[in-house]
Amino acid sequence: MGKYKELENIARKLRIDIINMLKESKSGHPGGSLSACDILTALYFKEMNVDSSNPNWPDRDRFVLSKGHAAPVLYAVLAEKGYFPKEELMKLRKIDSMLQGHPDMKGTPGVDMTTGSLGQGLAAANGMALAAKIDNKSYRVYALVGDGEAQEGMIWEAAMFAAHYQLDNLTVFLDHNGLQIDGFNKDVMDIEPIDEKFRAFGWHVINIDGHSIEEIINAIEEAKNTKGKPTMIIARTVKGKGVSFMENKADWHGKAPSEEEAVKALDELGGGING
Amino acid sequence: MANMIATRDAYGEALKELGSINEDIVVLDADLSSSTKTSVFKKAFPDRFFNVGIAEQNLIGTAAGLATCGKIPFASTFAVFATGRAYEIIRNSVAYPKLNVKIAATHAGLTVGEDGATHQALEDISLMRSLPNMVVLCPADAVETKKCIFKAVEYKGPVYIRLGRSKVPVIFDEGYEFEIGKGVQLKEGKDVTIIATGVMVSKALEASDELAKENISARVINMSTIKPIDKDIIIKAAKETKGIITVEEHNIIGGLGSAVAEVLAENYPAPMIRIGTMDTFGESGDANQLLDKYGLNVANIVSKVKEILNR
Repeated sequence: MGKYKELENIARKLRIDIINMLKESKSGHPGGSLSACDILTALYFKEMNVDSSNPNWPDRDRFVLSKGHAAPVLYAVLAEKGYFPKEELMKLRKIDSMLQGHPDMKGTPGVDMTTGSLGQGLAAANGMALAAKIDNKSYRVYALVGDGEAQEGMIWEAAMFAAHYQLDNLTVFLDHNGLQIDGFNKDVMDIEPIDEKFRAFGWHVINIDGHSIEEIINAIEEAKNTKGKPTMIIARTVKGKGVSFMENKADWHGKAPSEEEAVKALDELGGGING
Repeated sequence: MANMIATRDAYGEALKELGSINEDIVVLDADLSSSTKTSVFKKAFPDRFFNVGIAEQNLIGTAAGLATCGKIPFASTFAVFATGRAYEIIRNSVAYPKLNVKIAATHAGLTVGEDGATHQALEDISLMRSLPNMVVLCPADAVETKKCIFKAVEYKGPVYIRLGRSKVPVIFDEGYEFEIGKGVQLKEGKDVTIIATGVMVSKALEASDELAKENISARVINMSTIKPIDKDIIIKAAKETKGIITVEEHNIIGGLGSAVAEVLAENYPAPMIRIGTMDTFGESGDANQLLDKYGLNVANIVSKVKEILNR
């Protein structure tokens, strides 16, 4: 731990929340939630201009979780930020809960866009960034897209649009953990060279280690200083990051840990049960 | 002879008028602005018009994002692409979060004409009607189209507006009042009721005139809101007349006919015949010849009215 010790500790706490939530809900997506923890930490606890007491503040920065199945990490962040009580996290995916299996902007304070059906979030983020341009507002729009999600045709429609309309107020992270439900991207449907693809589509592209808070923060800064084009930050990540037996395993895409597995995971994360 | 104006032309004019009244209105099109008539708005307000290219999914998704920021986006393309190609985007990014997106789709139905079956949406009402939170409007003429567009802006939430390519008779005067969710009785009648929507409304009126010559009194109702459907006017017609004919430029499955049948079956079962395309695709041809070939004409309405009265 170095310069960003505090943020790294927040990311660790989010991982603990995710394991606890999924243990309780007995379903959900740990792999892609854990891989995105550091990115969301840097965004929400360092960069984004948001106000949990005024979730619909018109001038706030926006975040679209295009890979909506990573909802647990977003919910953990929003609870930590104070959008709703942390107790709500234990109701994830349960009936009458404000925390749906995939993000629901009408039900959960702080969720800027309803997502879950892959491929759709980037277009919505475009719309938000375009609205800022129309109104000469300075808020920025962030989105997180999955690497498997980049197989959706709509992502490329949206990629063209963002470059065409020079949406330099849009910064997108690609959570590039290399895995999807049926296995490795390269075996299911290869997306490489993903950075060159986005570059060819007119984007500013930055390659980083998606678990280095420092690299994430520097990339966000670089994106803010990039004019005339949107920025794609290709974040190399590890699916299941932080829990040894979940790391790099497609099996942990959409499966909740058992009691024993949760205890083991929490032990590794320094959390203790419900800790 | 009535003045003939296509509903898509009225749409373009309505957008232009609204553009100067309401700064929040933005318009998106998928490379068909000269056909959908959003080009009229584009010319007047180039800074609030955005072409997304030939990318209908992105058309709807971008509109959804704009709506989250307080814009009132109108998204336009042909009905078959708007509701078919982008269906699941409409479902998950617009209808589910109840975003304030107006989908104004032109070139619905057989009256697309020469382009043929690939471009003739005959299931769009069905697709949109089954989505929670979606309002479905199908105006009958240019005057009603304009009123629909204005009301769609007043209403906060997703609206699907079905428009046509071909010129249709203007049947309303400027004083006509349109309200979402209200059917309008255009003609009193005691024997039978014809409930029509869109371009078929003028045909229903003509059929009623024909029937009058044979001393058959046919009530005509314009059902320009398909959802929420006006139950009261349907039940009243079922009680006061001997049968109901529905007429739509759409598959008889899932559209106006189905909506009316649902209301009747649950509230006041009555004899009924649905006129529409009989679960078939269209084909190329002159718009009017197609309407004749597929039974969407005055002669078939007259014939079905007699059939129901002879039951």
